[in-house]
Amino acid sequence: MSPTAACRERSELDIDYRTLIEPTRVHSSLYYSDAVFAQELERIWHRTWVYVGHISEVPNRNDYVTKSIGPTPVLLVHDRHGEITLLQNKCPHRGNQLCAYQQGNRSTFTCPYHSWTFANSGELIGLAFADGYEGVDKSAFSLGRVPRVGIYRGFVFGSFAEEGPSLEEYLGGAKDSLDQLLDNSPTGEIEVTAGFLQHRAKANWKFLVENETDGYHPGFVHGSIFQVAESPVGGLYKPESQALTRDFGNGHTEFDLRPEWRRIGKPMHWFGRADPSRFPGYVSSMESAHGVERAREIMIDGTPHIMIFPNLFIAEIQMFVIQPTAVDETIQHVTALQFKGAPDINRRLRQQTMGSVGPAGLLLADDTEMYERNHRGARINNPEWLTLSRGLSREHRDDRGYRIGHATDEVPQRGIWRHYLNLMTA
Amino acid sequence: MNVSQSAAVRADVHSLASDDDADRWLRRIEQFLYMEARLQDMHAYDEWADLWTDDAIYWIPANGSDSDPERQMSIVYDNRSRINIRIAQLKTGRRHTQTPRSELARLISNVELVAREGDEFQVRANVLIYEDNLRGETLWAARNEYRLRLVDGHFRLARKKINLVNSHKPIYTLSFLV
Repeated sequence: MSPTAACRERSELDIDYRTLIEPTRVHSSLYYSDAVFAQELERIWHRTWVYVGHISEVPNRNDYVTKSIGPTPVLLVHDRHGEITLLQNKCPHRGNQLCAYQQGNRSTFTCPYHSWTFANSGELIGLAFADGYEGVDKSAFSLGRVPRVGIYRGFVFGSFAEEGPSLEEYLGGAKDSLDQLLDNSPTGEIEVTAGFLQHRAKANWKFLVENETDGYHPGFVHGSIFQVAESPVGGLYKPESQALTRDFGNGHTEFDLRPEWRRIGKPMHWFGRADPSRFPGYVSSMESAHGVERAREIMIDGTPHIMIFPNLFIAEIQMFVIQPTAVDETIQHVTALQFKGAPDINRRLRQQTMGSVGPAGLLLADDTEMYERNHRGARINNPEWLTLSRGLSREHRDDRGYRIGHATDEVPQRGIWRHYLNLMTA
Repeated sequence: MNVSQSAAVRADVHSLASDDDADRWLRRIEQFLYMEARLQDMHAYDEWADLWTDDAIYWIPANGSDSDPERQMSIVYDNRSRINIRIAQLKTGRRHTQTPRSELARLISNVELVAREGDEFQVRANVLIYEDNLRGETLWAARNEYRLRLVDGHFRLARKKINLVNSHKPIYTLSFLV
């Protein structure tokens, strides 16, 4: 056995995922097994497209920001040539962490250990005491890079697989939901400029992904806030709601809230029942961009609620990036979306987001409590299986062929596991 | 803080009438901070909410202590109305992250009276909070900055900024009163 194979031995245990994932139930061990987690890193996080960051986080040449793909740190760089590049934060000499800062602007990175210097496009450009390296080919010591970078309307994804479906093929129908989001900005662009909260959960990442489009829980987990604060959200997840769950395939799932907002028919009602007359700058720039009629439709429909597998969750006004760091630890990176060219709405986007999410959030602290209790529960051995059968008998297809169901049905979770099984057995 | 700011701080403290005067105020301030700490540790929600002025700001920055809360995300950035919502939610008994409640004990130390401007006192203190809940045990540390206001002879919290030492790192749920 080669040294590499020996290191990987644990992750190559023969796990038959077909015996652990059935159409309406999954085995608890998938949430806590170290071997499963190691295989997920290889087969999901280090293979498929994973969301990394947004181009508005590196607007100027030589800007960089530290991001991640699963547990692996990567530098998202707007490099010296103007390209968006994803570099691995590891000096090829002795493996030292190359950049210790969260963000900055620099055209080169110098390792503090032996002073090797790299262009921010990855090439080794300077060796300290070069006389000991006669004849050495510097090009053999470039920084590791994420081989494929895909950008959809400003959203930057990376894939460690050299080959595979294009980003647009991978996103499929989920693209329409990102378009729906961007339609709500008068410039067609969002900005990710408000900084991230980092909320740590002692729970497996899949509990978070599944919960993001679980419409069965809000009335119970968030009943306390619906009781004390005015919010139109509670009504979306009641039995009489016309909102839908949808499975786009490839693990991407959403709540389609538009049927409810259209039934109510008021522009910006989706935004905490906002009164459009309080945001005259936003409304007029939307009307200039889209025309009065189309602007009204967009402002009635609002923004999407979509979980793009495996780690990008757009929750109407917020962006969550889900990062697994261990089988039982997941970080939620969360920020308020900002609409470029809409200053009068951006403050409220931030204020509402700050109240809801993060370690002290009036909503997310309770979700995170559930994730941690889920994780502890998964380790209890009877019953072994967790069930996902809600709404099976009323699941059907929309006119584009996607599976849909009632807002409280487990259509998304069944879809996530269908895709997961494909990836883990590919 | 740069050198000229710390010189300004010394000048402000020395503007109090006398050292004896400053010591008396500091003693009263310490007693107030210990009382606030006790109300928080005991989850005395209404009594704690009553400590705040109507123009209150309750602020826990993220990503260091020098971010602009009007432009950047904070862990908490509450005005009086949002403090009231936070308290009302805790009192429903269905704020799951505090059901059961965290067991808490905190130490307040390094209390400094930085400056007095009329009825307002700028104060700094360090705090260590030991939390035990369903997940386990967590130690929190922060450098707090307060603006206390004398109202009818009693201190009230006009502003409290909690600079968590690890605010730039991923942190666990922080749902008790900090």
